[in-house]
Amino acid sequence: MSPKISLRGVTKSFGPKKVLQGIDLDVAKGESMVVIGGSGTGKSVLLKCILGLMRPDAGSIKIDDQETVALADGGRADVMRKFGMLFQGGALFDSLRVWENVAFGPIQSDGMKPDEAREVAIAKLGNVGLGPEIGELFPSELSGGMQKRVALARAIAREPEIIFFDEPTTGLDPIMADVINDLIVKCVSDLGATAVSITHDMASARKIGHRIAMLYEGKLIWQGRTADIDRSGDAHVDQFIHGRAEGPIRMQVRKL
Amino acid sequence: MSIPLVTLLGRMTLAFLEAIGSVSSFALQAIRCAFTPPWYRQQILRQIMEIGYYSLPVVGLTAVFTGMVLALQSYTGFARFSAESAIPNVVVVSLTRELGPVLASLMVAGRVGAAMAAEIGTMRVTEQIDALTTLSTNPFKYLVVPRLIAGIVTLPILVLIADIIGVLGGFLVGVYKLDFNDQAYLRNTIDFLQFEDVFSGLVKAAVFGFLISLMGCYHGYTSKGGAQGVGTATTNAVVSASALILTFNYFITEAFFAR
Repeated sequence: MSPKISLRGVTKSFGPKKVLQGIDLDVAKGESMVVIGGSGTGKSVLLKCILGLMRPDAGSIKIDDQETVALADGGRADVMRKFGMLFQGGALFDSLRVWENVAFGPIQSDGMKPDEAREVAIAKLGNVGLGPEIGELFPSELSGGMQKRVALARAIAREPEIIFFDEPTTGLDPIMADVINDLIVKCVSDLGATAVSITHDMASARKIGHRIAMLYEGKLIWQGRTADIDRSGDAHVDQFIHGRAEGPIRMQVRKL
Repeated sequence: MSIPLVTLLGRMTLAFLEAIGSVSSFALQAIRCAFTPPWYRQQILRQIMEIGYYSLPVVGLTAVFTGMVLALQSYTGFARFSAESAIPNVVVVSLTRELGPVLASLMVAGRVGAAMAAEIGTMRVTEQIDALTTLSTNPFKYLVVPRLIAGIVTLPILVLIADIIGVLGGFLVGVYKLDFNDQAYLRNTIDFLQFEDVFSGLVKAAVFGFLISLMGCYHGYTSKGGAQGVGTATTNAVVSASALILTFNYFITEAFFAR
């Protein structure tokens, strides 16, 4: 069976800085892939390339066997319909109420009537453990953990086939981080969706990922089953998963 | 010494041309999006309220005092030549052709252009614009086009109101301070006013409305670097919109009135 997401030879540079240097990655349908790596190693760039928010310099990105790199507006919108995305900071629209944020995709992109979309939004808020009363609040009135939950509800509101998670637990306390991890596992499993997450939180990676790939200096230096990461045999991976200061990995100074 | 100077000039020229190219490309993309569905009517109405309705107090205040000052200044100059009767004519022509559209647009550029750049800039740095894209919503159609349409539609209405309020300001000073006969003042104003005076002002207003929205959206959309980037975008939006208003004012005036 062909993979849901397939990347071949994806490269991306910003001026002289080569951020992605020939990425090959396959994600099977229903699989949860986690890409780990230190800050500034190109994880976000990789995610943005797959999402179509950034165009790679070279290489192929296929979704359901359809090449997406050079898609024009119409075709891109069709592919986007398959996607849901949880942004690192939530990226909730601060001028809209919580329920309007969750119902944004159904109303604006799918043409659902506001009353119907509101019910969908309240149901999705329920899926992430939030009551209907939260729907009337504005994002600025919510805590960081609550905002992440709302952002997750928005990401699953259109029942996407593929969900992307950008640093889903960053900035949260360990308990709330675990709650978010559980919700991610539950939502992905309920929808039967394929998931791609980027994180440097190993607890999160172990919990939400079926497979893990490690990005270092623009290349995927290791990928395999989550259960195998502790015996990867790669010094870079070992240093990263144990969070050691000493080892072959040198910290990135400049932001990409 | 001459080589670094030439290099500097070359770099500045390239940067200037690059900026023109970037703004033109942004404007063309926005115009292309404006002619293809979907159109977000609620967003357009919201922006019309934001640009038009909420700008009325500041535009009205500017217009009334401009009309009043114009009447006073004209009087002190014209009295030397016993030409006081021309004051209503000067007030109405100055306001409809130049001061109404230019001053109202500059005030709106300060109020609305800055707000647009700040709002869209914040959306950019907090990834809300990327979020729109992932929700299958074209950010140009959702954010930029409604603001451009609202700018083009609302500025002429604002300027028309500014013209009326400005003339009223001149009338108040003329009648209550300079002892003009109220009927004669109004008669002079109406008789001297030509369709072209008002029409040219409204055309200017529509162009200025487009420029204000374009600069607000462009600088916000392309902002980067967090809070500092949004601050810079806001300043650039106001400065560039003001400079473009004054530049285009000359060319539109020449197109209408040059012999």
